[in-house]
Amino acid sequence: MDEIFGIPTPLLFGQLLLGLINGAFYAMLSLGLAVIFGLLNIINFTHGAQFMMGAFVAWMLLNYLGIGYWWALILSPLLVGLTGVILERTMICQLYKMDHLYGMLLTFGLSLIIEGVFRNEYGSSGMPYRIPADLAGAWDLGFMFMPVYRGWVVVFALFACISTWLVIEKTRLGAYLRAATENAPLVQAFGVNVPRMITLTYGAGVALAALAGVLAAPIYSVNPQMGTNLIIVVFAVVVIGGMGSILGSVLTGFGLGIIEGLTKVFYPEASATVIFIIMVIVLLARPAGLFGRA
Amino acid sequence: MAGHSMTSTAAPVGPQQHIFGFTKAQFVALCVMFVALIVAPFFLYPVFLMKLLCFALFACAFNLLIGYVGLTSFGHAAYFGMGGYIAAHSAKVWGLTPEISILIGALLAGVQGAIFGWVAIRRQGIYFAMITLALAQMIYFFCLQAPFTGGEDGIQAVPRGNLFGVISLANDMTMYWFVAAVFVICFLLIHRIVHSPFGQVLKAIRENEPRTTSLGYRTDDYKLVAFILSATVAGVAGGTKSLVFGIATLTDVHWSMSGEVLLMTLVGGLGTVFGPMIGAAVIVAMQNYLAEMGAWVTVIQGFIFIACVLAFRRGIVGEIANLLRVRL
Repeated sequence: MDEIFGIPTPLLFGQLLLGLINGAFYAMLSLGLAVIFGLLNIINFTHGAQFMMGAFVAWMLLNYLGIGYWWALILSPLLVGLTGVILERTMICQLYKMDHLYGMLLTFGLSLIIEGVFRNEYGSSGMPYRIPADLAGAWDLGFMFMPVYRGWVVVFALFACISTWLVIEKTRLGAYLRAATENAPLVQAFGVNVPRMITLTYGAGVALAALAGVLAAPIYSVNPQMGTNLIIVVFAVVVIGGMGSILGSVLTGFGLGIIEGLTKVFYPEASATVIFIIMVIVLLARPAGLFGRA
Repeated sequence: MAGHSMTSTAAPVGPQQHIFGFTKAQFVALCVMFVALIVAPFFLYPVFLMKLLCFALFACAFNLLIGYVGLTSFGHAAYFGMGGYIAAHSAKVWGLTPEISILIGALLAGVQGAIFGWVAIRRQGIYFAMITLALAQMIYFFCLQAPFTGGEDGIQAVPRGNLFGVISLANDMTMYWFVAAVFVICFLLIHRIVHSPFGQVLKAIRENEPRTTSLGYRTDDYKLVAFILSATVAGVAGGTKSLVFGIATLTDVHWSMSGEVLLMTLVGGLGTVFGPMIGAAVIVAMQNYLAEMGAWVTVIQGFIFIACVLAFRRGIVGEIANLLRVRL
């Protein structure tokens, strides 16, 4: 079987895999956005810049300090998450009493600053990050060659998403978090330090974005614009999925990645716009999003 | 809308006389604006002034939505850029006169606004902003691929043509008077819209949408009409800009343009009559004088955004109006 619907199988599966990888990033980023939105009630426009920072910190660790991929996978989210904590404590925390849109404007301004600084330092051409030796090479699956690193990204992203889901749904900390999302003053009255929880939640959401950035570094070139183009698509993903459900945003992320990959095979002209078109259709049929509550 | 309203600029004002629908203070400011429009080209480079006026008009159109209806569109570049492309195409390929080209551009921007607005007003607040941004990004990709836009090159060497087929606009000074006239007409039109009974309903929606609904107004219809008007005027601004510079490019449909117009309006003062113009002047002047600093301009814009959000929510005109206890 070399062809399906007149499309050569290696091409079809190759694009499916690419779609799955993009989907993994959509899922991780929209998950972080949803967690932050749930508690802080702001849309974190800086998310794309923080994804980019994750990739850059991994690159810097390797090139300036000689610290490799595996350590970067831990250190980069921690460092970028720490910058998130600082941002939350110094600026974002001043906006909770105001209209949601000010949060979006502030984080938009922050993303302009972060991207501008990186563009001044590193230009916009992008830098390569080598695939770690342990994950180099490819498996021959019979119908296609599967680069080991790409398989790793999909598996690890799934693992990260499911862990996040488990933490939020099955642990005591997650229970506090869900309760605070519903009614923060009441949870605070029970003696839970809600402001600290908000800060840590923001830090965790940012760390998740940075983790996605480290995963992306060997696949895409590390460049200052890598986040913004992605984040706008992720906004559409969030609108499609609705931000009410964690698993919903993960499913939507992967699903849309696959649809985008398939579009590249069957109708490449629409591949950049297909997610936005799906967004319009979903808005017309189910304005609250696939998994959202009206 | 929960919490603080986006616009807290209104200073306490007593009963006062109105001159053509402007308060006394606004009328004084209007006179200053007219004098500035007439005097400026004799002191400043006309092309710079035309750029400024195009962006001022764009910001005024944007303010109609964010300032008076409380709808934050994060994708207004789509209407500005599309107006520019269509006007440039009409003038260059179809050889139409400038005023007709701009009108066609505005009309198409309005139609696009009708479709996008119809989709976007299904959600409120933060979702509205994300949806408009996503739709604008769709237009960006469309313009990148569509044959008539010229992709990365854009539409170049667009002729300014002859106004009404008679008056040549090739001279910068003549073009300036034309642009100034377009600006003044649209500015007064927006003022008229805002101060009509229709505009009163828009402001009611901004302050308290459920209550406006309960009074029997179909708020979605009002929001949609405001969206279409705003998109149309943004199209006028984009079309005029493409004729001034003789070029329509992807820059004008890029998301960063949506951010810039938001910044201009925010700096000038959301929901003020003269704020968007002042904000546009500040930002355009800053870009002009700091042009050699390259990417640092974006960084500075980011800092201005943060300063405006954290400390300076009334904007320049809003602060002045508050100091003088008038409405501007």
